[in-house]
Parts: sequence; C-alpha cells; structure tokens
Amino acid sequence: MNATASEGTGNPPPDRSLEDESTHQPPEDVIRAWLGEIPDPEIPVISLTDLGIIRDISWVEGTLVVTVTPTYSGCPATSLINEEISRTLRDHGIARFELRRQLTPAWTTDWINPDARERLRAYGRLSRLASAPPEVSCPRCGSNHTERVSQHGSTPCKAHWRCLDCLEPFDYFKCI
Amino acid sequence: MSVLLEFLLRTGDNTLILGHRVSEWCGHSPVLEEDIALANTALDLIGQTQLWLGLAAEIEGAGRSADLLAYRRDAADFRNALLVERPNGDYGQTLMRQFLFDAWHLPFLQALISSSEPRVAEIADKASREVAYHLERSSDLVIRLGDGTEESHQRMQAALDELWPYAGELMLADEIDEALCAQGVAPDPAALRAPWDETVDAVLEEATLQRPSSDFAHRGGRQGRHTEALGYILAEMQFLQRAYPDANW
Repeated sequence: MNATASEGTGNPPPDRSLEDESTHQPPEDVIRAWLGEIPDPEIPVISLTDLGIIRDISWVEGTLVVTVTPTYSGCPATSLINEEISRTLRDHGIARFELRRQLTPAWTTDWINPDARERLRAYGRLSRLASAPPEVSCPRCGSNHTERVSQHGSTPCKAHWRCLDCLEPFDYFKCI
Repeated sequence: MSVLLEFLLRTGDNTLILGHRVSEWCGHSPVLEEDIALANTALDLIGQTQLWLGLAAEIEGAGRSADLLAYRRDAADFRNALLVERPNGDYGQTLMRQFLFDAWHLPFLQALISSSEPRVAEIADKASREVAYHLERSSDLVIRLGDGTEESHQRMQAALDELWPYAGELMLADEIDEALCAQGVAPDPAALRAPWDETVDAVLEEATLQRPSSDFAHRGGRQGRHTEALGYILAEMQFLQRAYPDANW
C-alpha cells in the first residue's frame, strides 16, 4: 500500500484503485496455505509445501512472485508442478504472478517437513535427513534389517529397498 | 564468441550427448533395475543440460533457447569431449564410459562451486549432488563386473582398453581453458588429473583391471572436431526438430 494513503485521520478519501489492488494481494501465509493443498504429483500424501520446494512467496509491485526449487534438475514433474501452482493461483483470483526457479541452496531430503515424514512412512515411502545415520527401517515392520535392491526407483527422487525380515519392498527417498 | 559461452557449450554438450547416449538403453537393458537406473542417470544429465544450455542461450543473447541449441546446431558446432559420443557397445562399455566420465565430472563440478561466475556456481552445486550418486553407482558396477566372472572381467578390460584413449581429452587445456582459469570461472583441466587418477586407480585395482600404460589421448571434440559417431547421434536426436521445425506440444 502506498504510504500517503495510509497516513492518519485527516486523509483524503481512500483511493479505490489502491484498495482494490490490496484486496487482491493476500498475505504470504494465505498463499502458502493454498499451495499446501497441492499434492506432489508423484507422492500425493505430501504437498508441495511439505516437500520443501516452495522457497519464497512475495509481492513485488503488484505481481506475486513464487520461487520454486527443483528436487532433481531433470525431474519430469517440474513442469506439472508449475502448472498446478499457476492453476491454483488463478482459481484464487490472482491475475498477476510469476514463477521463478532458484537453485541454491540446493534441495535435499532435509527440506521435507518433519510432519510429512510420518505420512510418508505410513504411505510406505521412507525419507531420512541427508545427515542422519544410514539406517533404513522397514515402513511395514520397523526392522532395520533392510537392503538396497537398486540405487534408483520409480521416480528420479527414489531408490528401491526391501526388508529382509518381512520381505516388504519399499521406495526410499535418495539422500543427496 | 565469449569464452564463457564456449565453456557453457562444452559443459552442456557433454551432459547432452552422454545423456542421449545413455537414454538409448531405455527398454534394452539386461535387467529391469538397470533399465531404470540408466534412464534415471540419463534424465539427470538431460536436466543438467537444460541448466547449462539455458544459461548459454541467455548469455548468447541471440534469442535462442536451450532447445534450439540442442536441436538446431550441426556437429561442428558441438563442443562435447569425444568420450561421451563413443558408441554404447555392450553394457560393460556403457558402464566403463560412465565411470571414466563420472570420475572427472564430480571433481570438475566441485571445483566449479567456487567459480567467479555465480550462475555457473549454483548449477554446479545442484548437479554435483546428482553426479556423486552417479559415480557411486558406476564405481560399484565396474568393481562388481571387473572382479566378476571370467567373461565379465574380459569385457570390462576390453571396454577400458577401448575407451582409455578418449578419456584424457577431458584434462587437456587449450587457450579457452587458460582464459577461463585466469578469470576464475573454471578450474585448470590439468588440475583435475590428480583426483581423477586417484579415483580411477582405486576402482580399477579393486576391480582387478589393468590400467592401460599409454596416456595417448585423442582430442578435438571440445574444439568442434568430432568422430563420425556424433553425426549418427544428431541424426536421431534432432530428427523431429529438423523435420518439423518449432514443433511443440
């Protein structure tokens, strides 16, 4: 909002155009909540905000700037994610917005929201902090007696593991 | 052409051509896990290409995009090292090519993280994490197959002997490298020889493979002089954009 329009009581009548503009500039936490309802295209139990790829939300001269970081530089879901963000913003009446890509600091599994880790476990997909000890426990029986079947899995961000006790195969977020 | 643009083409063309080569395995690998692993590796490399060639296009400022650089240049305009255009051969040769490249690619990217050009540094930071993963896999498989059966050992030794003369080019400097190094944009290629030797020697020893004694190195790819293999790659890779220019979906 323009500084002259927000000064004390003896002001000129409010400028309608500025007021209209401000009603269409919801605060960052409101927009973050909208984006928090967009499921990850590959792992629908967690949202884009849970995944930790929304780096910044800010208004710059009447344009909403949403800064997104890729998980993997070649992740095929990136364009779909950008389309989903654009659609959500348009559905909420945001006409002027811009999506920016930010590479640093690079995304790692540390960016996944702690609460989302639990939902991932329940979904049979594990993740751990990149800095955590390399113990991988089975999402089904909890055993640490597991082995990596393949360094890669069903999407670029996952590896394929299995439990040696209950024999459950499971996806695991690569730790990069 | 600025040295920075030349550098970005060299770097992006390496990942583009190797990424395309590796993607040729999709649907043909010996086992399902390897099919997925090769496709994922190719995907990482193509993703990195979008970043490198995207920046090249931006710096060139001629209205071209990463796609146009990839699909509308001819062989003589490509700046990739000869190693990455070598044919896939058998699975062992594909893995050996990947290992020899990864062992150079990782220290190269790690050095670039302190580049004087911040846009180069941030791409390198992102890509280096993916490439550390590639090197882990290619080292592991070179060891398993080198120190495997008699046949797998022979095939890995043959792959090493075949590809060895193409690896040295990555570490040979020309006047563009000297200018880049003086500006602090990129490391001196010769400085990457020691970490490369260290990785290669350790893995070959564990793999029971014999390092070739000659350090003769074919060169020219980084200056635009390629083997005939690149023409075949481009014929397939560029077909759609050549037949239907500006096709989109």
